[in-house]
Amino acid sequence: MIGQIIFIIILAAAIWLFSKNVGKIRRNILLGRDTDRSDNPGERWKTMALVALGQSKMVKRPFAAVMHLFIYVGFVIINIEVLEILVDGVFGSHRVFSHPLGGLYGLLIGGFEILAVLVLVACVTFLIRRNIGKLKRFSGVEMTAWPKSDANYILIIEILLMTAFLTMNAADHKLQLLNFGHYIKAGNFPVSDLLGPLLPDRASALEMIERGCWWFHIIGILAFLNYLPYSKHFHILLAFPNVYYSNLNPKGKFTNMASVTNEVKAMLDPSFVPEPAEVSRFGAKDVTDLTWKNLMEAYTCTECGRCTSVCPANQTGKLLSPRKIMMDTRDRITEIGKGIDQNGKDFKDDKTLLDNYITREELWACTTCNACVDACPVNINPLEIITEMRRYVVMEESQAPASLNNMFGNVENNGAPWKYSAADRLNWKEES
Amino acid sequence: MSEVQILTMAEMAAAGKEPEILFWVGCAGSFDERAQRITRDICKILNHVGISFAVLGTEESCTGDPAKRAGNEFLFQMQAMMNIQVLDVYNTKKIVTGCPHCFNTIKNEYPGLGGNYEVIHHTQLIQQLIDEGRLKAEGGESFKGRRITYHDPCYLGRGNDVYEAPRKALEILDADLVEMKRCRSNGLCCGAGGAQMFKEPEKGTKDINIERMEDILESKATIVAAACPFCMTMLRDGVKGKDKEQEIQVLDVAEITVRVNGL
Ligand code: SF4
Ligand code: SF4
Repeated sequence: MIGQIIFIIILAAAIWLFSKNVGKIRRNILLGRDTDRSDNPGERWKTMALVALGQSKMVKRPFAAVMHLFIYVGFVIINIEVLEILVDGVFGSHRVFSHPLGGLYGLLIGGFEILAVLVLVACVTFLIRRNIGKLKRFSGVEMTAWPKSDANYILIIEILLMTAFLTMNAADHKLQLLNFGHYIKAGNFPVSDLLGPLLPDRASALEMIERGCWWFHIIGILAFLNYLPYSKHFHILLAFPNVYYSNLNPKGKFTNMASVTNEVKAMLDPSFVPEPAEVSRFGAKDVTDLTWKNLMEAYTCTECGRCTSVCPANQTGKLLSPRKIMMDTRDRITEIGKGIDQNGKDFKDDKTLLDNYITREELWACTTCNACVDACPVNINPLEIITEMRRYVVMEESQAPASLNNMFGNVENNGAPWKYSAADRLNWKEES
Repeated sequence: MSEVQILTMAEMAAAGKEPEILFWVGCAGSFDERAQRITRDICKILNHVGISFAVLGTEESCTGDPAKRAGNEFLFQMQAMMNIQVLDVYNTKKIVTGCPHCFNTIKNEYPGLGGNYEVIHHTQLIQQLIDEGRLKAEGGESFKGRRITYHDPCYLGRGNDVYEAPRKALEILDADLVEMKRCRSNGLCCGAGGAQMFKEPEKGTKDINIERMEDILESKATIVAAACPFCMTMLRDGVKGKDKEQEIQVLDVAEITVRVNGL
């Protein structure tokens, strides 16, 4: 009884804390400007099924894809078992699904155990790969202390959870064989069975191990749940909505700014009266000038660095790293969120995404090639943020590099980016 | 060139005619000496298959692509709306472009500003003509056995998912086609897009076109097929930078088509 009460209190606290933190992230995302991504639900569901559920963009790197698949499938399927633990915890039962499921239960447990081993293998491999294998993708200026340890913590926690799960099963299985207490014979334990010899034979000791691992496992999961909102691991939740709201247009198509359209129309046709629109900034100086989708992407980023590893600017030693663009955006909106929590809705500070986080040198290094957009396994678009910030620098500040200002002048005066006369446009016809 | 008739839309209109297709030449195709040759070759192809076409000539203006990608949305939309006005005066329905940047901008970004046309890139036109049997690979220079690789322009490939058309135009050559290690959606940018063409690159360890050259060298190709005037410039600079002008030629898909057909 006492156990049940403690369990329910812990569970309720974990859920409360988690919803509170998710609520904050949601609020932060909604600090972004509005954009409409509600069109074409059919296509959106399809994209989500393919890219988020089906992991279709992971296959470009097959090794990582397989390892990630182990962890992903393991995570999704082992949740059935977590559900059982929750029911057991609340009602004080033991392996409550074993009775109604009968033979199927044995199969399920067997499956979970094999998955647990695969998850273990993948996590250990990933740990080695990150910390010993010198993969370029996992270094870089933005991969400072926290992102590095975040990744390691996630892997270590998963290893601990899976080990606890298998040890718990092993002890349980041994108790079943001893016909001890309520440990009824339930199913196959193909993997944990092998661990049996490592455990003591005394029933009381086994029971302690089983209970210990059970509590460790479930408290670990609840703690992990509450770690998510602080971590890149939040992608396991946000990947789905983020992919659902993907940009469905061709990647080459950049948005046409409606506010500019109004002004240009008025310039070309003095009789044109634009609908009164709210005056906002052209482009983005800070994260709140970006759309909620840009901000959702910032929270979805898994920091995998696939974008950066294909970025031509980055590969040739320039300062730009699309992953850093996403991480800076997330750090900045989180900072604003914290400020709001502490100082109320109208919080302002004197920092901005431009200059305090992202430098102009980074912005001007981009060739708008869309390689980063194409590479991202969760359909993030770092390029849109870069373009929005360029728009701010050019249209609000008039601070484009001098050579680009020349180009603008040429386009405006001669109708071509070079200094040629429009009258010479047909000269190609005559030559050669 | 004397045998190729090139009319402007204005001339056509004066004669009371409308061409089947408008050839959007683009700034590079109009002014860049190397790209002018590609422009003339596209005209030769159109002429050869008997498609009636016309160009805007002095009425054409920059699509606004470099301005837009550099962040100058005002200038872009000014250019776009003025171009749309001209295109609409001539009742334009179908446009072929010699540049992936013009192609992308007119196809994707003009509709939102009121300009709706069917837009294709010249490599798509060549592919269609091959598919219809109107264009073959005969009567000219032979590419048999020559090692050719193709460089995907970002705004054609990743930007608009056009990967097959240019390859199709090369497949009929009976040449030894090889892919670079970075190709199709994984292709490496030439370094010119996003208005980089008009400024010095930011400092780094090397220029992007030199990085791309290494892929080309690795492919051991002697001909690099391009489909974009900007890629053309960058790749040729790369070839020069690596001192490979004797061994490696950079040719536009249109030029190869013209040569193999002896046009
Ligand atoms: S679009 Fe820009 S940031 Fe993205 S890969 Fe290309 S150069 Fe890098
Ligand atoms: S933006 Fe996408 S590709 Fe880049 S690090 Fe984040 S998740 Fe990976």
